[in-house]
Amino acid sequence: MDFSFTEEQSMLRDTVAAYLADHYDFDKRRAAVAKEPGWRPAVWKAFAEELGILGAPFSEELGGLGGGPIDNMVVMEEFGKALVVEPYLGTVVIGGGFLKHSGHAGAADLIGGIIEGKNIFAFASAEPQSRYNLAAVATTAKKDGAGWVLNGHKAVVVGAAFATHLIVTARTSGGERDAQGISVFLVEKGARGVTTRDYPTVDGNRASEVYFENVSVGADALIGPADHGLPLVEKVVDEAIAATCAEACGVLRKLHEGTVEYTKQRKQFGQPISSFQVLQHRMVDMFINVEQAVSMTYMANIKVTDDAERAKAASAAKVQIGKACRFVGQNAIQLHGGMGMTDEMAIGHYFKRATMIESAFGSVDHHLARYEFLSLGHAA
Amino acid sequence: MNLDFTPEEDAFREDVRAFIKDNYPAELRGAQDEGEGLTKEQMLLWHKVLAKKGWVAPSWPVEHGGTGWTPTQKYIWSEETARADCQPVLPFGISMLAPVLYTFGTEEQKQRFLPGIYNGEVWWCQGYSEPGAGSDLASLQTRAERITADDGKEYYIVNGSKTWTTLAQHADWGFFLVRTDPDAKPQSGISFLLIDMKTPGITVRPIITLEGGHEVNDVFLDNVKVPVENRIFHENQGWTCAKALLAHERSGIAGVARSKRNMEKLRTIAATERSDTGGSLIGDAFFRRKVAELEIDLTALEFTELRTLAGESSGKGPGPESSILKIKGTEIQQRIQELALEAVGHYGAPFLRDLKGSNFSVGPDYAEGLAGQMFNGRKTSIFGGSNEIQRNIIAKMVLGL
Repeated sequence: MDFSFTEEQSMLRDTVAAYLADHYDFDKRRAAVAKEPGWRPAVWKAFAEELGILGAPFSEELGGLGGGPIDNMVVMEEFGKALVVEPYLGTVVIGGGFLKHSGHAGAADLIGGIIEGKNIFAFASAEPQSRYNLAAVATTAKKDGAGWVLNGHKAVVVGAAFATHLIVTARTSGGERDAQGISVFLVEKGARGVTTRDYPTVDGNRASEVYFENVSVGADALIGPADHGLPLVEKVVDEAIAATCAEACGVLRKLHEGTVEYTKQRKQFGQPISSFQVLQHRMVDMFINVEQAVSMTYMANIKVTDDAERAKAASAAKVQIGKACRFVGQNAIQLHGGMGMTDEMAIGHYFKRATMIESAFGSVDHHLARYEFLSLGHAA
Repeated sequence: MNLDFTPEEDAFREDVRAFIKDNYPAELRGAQDEGEGLTKEQMLLWHKVLAKKGWVAPSWPVEHGGTGWTPTQKYIWSEETARADCQPVLPFGISMLAPVLYTFGTEEQKQRFLPGIYNGEVWWCQGYSEPGAGSDLASLQTRAERITADDGKEYYIVNGSKTWTTLAQHADWGFFLVRTDPDAKPQSGISFLLIDMKTPGITVRPIITLEGGHEVNDVFLDNVKVPVENRIFHENQGWTCAKALLAHERSGIAGVARSKRNMEKLRTIAATERSDTGGSLIGDAFFRRKVAELEIDLTALEFTELRTLAGESSGKGPGPESSILKIKGTEIQQRIQELALEAVGHYGAPFLRDLKGSNFSVGPDYAEGLAGQMFNGRKTSIFGGSNEIQRNIIAKMVLGL
């Protein structure tokens, strides 16, 4: 048993942390997300060229650093601490994940483009009526000669505004919520018939409604097996959950540390408010939540490569992290008092991100239900 | 012990319902439905309708314009106005300052200030909290020095800063706690002043809150000259007024009627939203249990409030027990906001505030702004004496610890 990081992973963490300290302080981040385009392509370029981190989880033969989920975890935790909005999750973890696992003929080239910073991916999965069910897909793809024609509406697609490529789940057979009949497609965002409506999200990201109207794609657009794409989707989403949990750990650490720091400085009744036992116990409970979240994040990122354990591990971690996001986030605001309510202080921005992570890729309820089923089977 | 309404009370409820139906301003209803921020004039529309009817200040003594309603009638009133989604009457003048004025003010002060409050002609703001004085309000530092000016009259010269001043951007006048004796014990050297916000030396600066709204402000006072006759009650005894005001602030804060209304909205949303399996979300075992638990919590709060009301009608004022109402009331409001945000799933994320003018909408209309409300709602367990302070009050004043 070993919970230590390799030398490469420690270096990766230091590299990312040092870059973010220089280029991603709160004011710079706030200024960038407040205006168009809502992210900094120059930062992305630096990730690719200066830091070389966009190849972290890819094999060396693909041009990557030869890492895996633990490397994604390291990067995402640092990103959480700085509230990074650039699309590492959508591109490297999700886009890269689909390409790696599907055996797609163009995967090597496309991954090469990811590592160089040229290819940017967004995951178009959710729909207006889908809630968190990955199999609830009304978007259709119909066979048309050798290729396919897509029609449908994808909801709240994070990072679509920045993307060059979309990964789209579509129904090729079966009914709207059937597990069978789902296929995954790679669609260039500029393809004829793809339109987006872009908007900011409450946590400083960008998302879009994405519409497909008779979008023709070739046979090579299909990623993974036709009709039987759901297991691939679940696998990649579980990886994305493990990475998002790591981001949450970064966010939670900052919420907790910022609160401890603030209560030491803030004086009321002639003493720092950190001297009040009721607040001390609250901060201890926040700390326990953070530590448990970190433990579950390690667990999920270790087990995510084991297909027998993966789904249970991801859902268990997401439940723990979702609860921690709520408890730690809300109490961070509470203990900051009025100051926590201001847009000017960073703490509120961490709280908003924590709140959105709570429901990303499925709420606590969703993952508790999934875990229940995986662990206990159907209810009587 | 019974919960029955008398035939007279039922008739009163019918009257209230009919009055709201016939008189609630259409312009205000429209603006509320659009979910847009209200203008200053819109925020006063309903107030002015009620003032004309004589119903704007049910809790005031009858001689000053109160309705003389029984606690049950007041309860019916708050229930019906919340049920009809009426904009709440702004509390600063009607329920915060006025009780101080009619309890502690001179005859002249009452005559000068109460009519403007009643008719909604004068907009008041509250200058209590300071950057260094929040939960520990008595440590406030804004200084007022008494001088005799060249005109031979006495004035206070006020210097300092106030913060979290709600809607001060619209205020004509403010009621301020200031330190008149810096050498006395914290609570003993404070006075209660009414200040015209147009007086030279006052600067109001917006504070933008985390959901992006402008509701609260910093107020800076730089050599602000205030006539001595604008002081309420005795010099250095303003804390007595402040305490009375805070008790009023707390007793209204349970917000039972409004929470009931918001529970209804939550149920409507959950009936419309789909669950993971495609049925309505309100049929989802996890979600419906959370709604049911919250309804039980709200019932417990409602009956606690009713017991308090019954106590008031038999002559007991709102005591420290009202801290229970503040704690549970705000926790329940926040919980409803959380569940509403949970209910709308992905469509909780869009932030459309800055895209408003362009008629940009995403997802169902009811989803818009729910995240912002949830973020903004975190303030309720902080303001008016944080929930931690409320627990201290119960520990000390009720349990005698």
